[in-house]
Amino acid sequence: MSRSDLMRGGLIAALVALVGLLPLAINDFQKTQFAFVAVYVIAIAGLNIVTGYAGQVSLGHGAAVSIGAYTTAILAGQHGVPYYATIPVAAAVAGLGGLALGLPALRLSGLYLALVTFGVAVSTPAIAKHFTKFTGGSTGQGFTIVKPPGNLVTENEWLYYFSWAFALAALAVAWLLVRGRLGRAFRAVRDSEVAATSSGIDLSVYKLVAFAISAAFAGVAGSLFAIDNLSYVSPDAPDPIKLSIYLLVGAVVAGLGSLRGIVIGALLIEFLYTGDLEKWLHLPKSVPADFFFGAVLVVVIVLVPRGAAGLLSRLAGLGRLYPYHSKAGTPPERGVSTE
Amino acid sequence: MVAFTWSELFQQIVSGLSTGGIYASLALAIVIIYRSTRVINFAQGEMATFSTYIAFWLIHDHGWPYWGAFFATLAMSFVGGVLLERTVLRPVEGAPVLTIAIVTLGLLVALNGLTRWLFGGETQVFPSAFSTRAIHVGGVSFSLQDAGFIGLAIVAVALLWVFFQFTKVGLAMRGTAINRDAARLLGVPVGRMLALGWGLAAALGALSGMLTAGSVATFDPNLMLGVLLYALAAAVLGGLESPIGAVVGGLLLGVVLNLLGTYTSFFSGDMRLVGGLAIILVVLLVRPAGIFGRVTARKV
Repeated sequence: MSRSDLMRGGLIAALVALVGLLPLAINDFQKTQFAFVAVYVIAIAGLNIVTGYAGQVSLGHGAAVSIGAYTTAILAGQHGVPYYATIPVAAAVAGLGGLALGLPALRLSGLYLALVTFGVAVSTPAIAKHFTKFTGGSTGQGFTIVKPPGNLVTENEWLYYFSWAFALAALAVAWLLVRGRLGRAFRAVRDSEVAATSSGIDLSVYKLVAFAISAAFAGVAGSLFAIDNLSYVSPDAPDPIKLSIYLLVGAVVAGLGSLRGIVIGALLIEFLYTGDLEKWLHLPKSVPADFFFGAVLVVVIVLVPRGAAGLLSRLAGLGRLYPYHSKAGTPPERGVSTE
Repeated sequence: MVAFTWSELFQQIVSGLSTGGIYASLALAIVIIYRSTRVINFAQGEMATFSTYIAFWLIHDHGWPYWGAFFATLAMSFVGGVLLERTVLRPVEGAPVLTIAIVTLGLLVALNGLTRWLFGGETQVFPSAFSTRAIHVGGVSFSLQDAGFIGLAIVAVALLWVFFQFTKVGLAMRGTAINRDAARLLGVPVGRMLALGWGLAAALGALSGMLTAGSVATFDPNLMLGVLLYALAAAVLGGLESPIGAVVGGLLLGVVLNLLGTYTSFFSGDMRLVGGLAIILVVLLVRPAGIFGRVTARKV
């Protein structure tokens, strides 16, 4: 086992332990907050696959989250499907939506794609409001509040553990996807389309697959958003426009093209969104969170383009930079050779 | 939906041209920045909203006359645009296009927050320079405001055209847009030209913001989000690189969306946004270069 394997194993074990034990240290309200952190972890992991690994910009990821949320709310609220059974459906429906969103990606690139996906996010609330019978219109769509099975945990603890189970699974799936053949192909498409094509990678197929997978992640995130949002979805909750931008902020802060910083990006979204970060920093309450979101995005992209993941690996690299680590473990002779 | 009459049709075309003038000025702002930096400024709408609040603040809190506030806002927006380029965009100059696009997105969110912070998030009433009194010209009736908006848009575009076509600075800016390195070799201060482009774009955006607020009478910090989508659609329709294209695209879009909203029940109200998106998609998939753009070949 190499040193990086050990570090990775340690990091994963620490994350799982932290997730398991955290509810003991926080109050009931904070448990729902951290349940939302899990939602954002899943959504950022998805966005990172399409934007960070495959290099296709999506400014419309919030729309995919919305689709997932509505799938769960409509199935559970109008058709009596149990909430947990709606999650795979939400993933499938959002995945299909992602496939449709990926179609323009085949002909467009870079900025044009950003433009189209941004347009999708901006018009999603209008669509949700228009088809009133199907979506509940402006009033939104609710379903029965989720109750924990048995009496072991409280309602909020159940939301927390339920969401985090999916978040950890999503991180594992994302890691398995990007470490292998698929991830290699994605990175090739991102780094050079010409080189990728000449290596036999079908650009169309891999772009579509990247969009579909990332949207499926967003669908699961949306489904859990609906459940954690006290079983309620409306055109503004989740807000596709804001969420699209926030997720991008989260992904950039986390570090595009790496899975290590995702939890940090997700924490930022939740605690900046709810205004807690402002309280901790003792800022005047009247400053809107959006201002900091934008400022953080600009500052991070200018100063730390590789995000938290880049910082983490730089910290990990510090040990290796220490000059006396030779393979034999003995420091080499110092000074000028006398031979 | 309304029953079809010819006078109704003409009326809707005139009112479409009037909203189209607003889209055209914001689209032109986007095109000016795109031409010189290859970046779509997603913050263009929020910059316009911020400018609109400055005008409102001058009129409402300080009792300025409308036109005084109007021109003062244009000037301040110009300076603001130059400052934004110098401070926020300059550090990422030469970075990948995507990085710069993300920076402008950050600017969008930050400016929206700043507007709420400084001016509050409530809905306000914005005065219009023109009365909404109807004028009748040969059976077609339209408001003085519609005529005024179209006139202002035409004046702005004409001034810009004269500036780009007949002044030395305008020539230097066009040179920078076409080939930055060559322009630099010829002694054009490229950095200053880019900043100037942002200033002009900010002033144009301010114009579209004040007109939008005047046309809908009430406004809040989310005033320009929808207009931004229409302006992007107009810019894409016109070819993204062509200033004339942006203007024609804006006017065309205003008319088409207005007619769609009048004669179909589907694309009315908020669903106009979906109409705007549909136009972006159709143009990009059928003729990505737009009406006035050049078709360029790309590898792969």
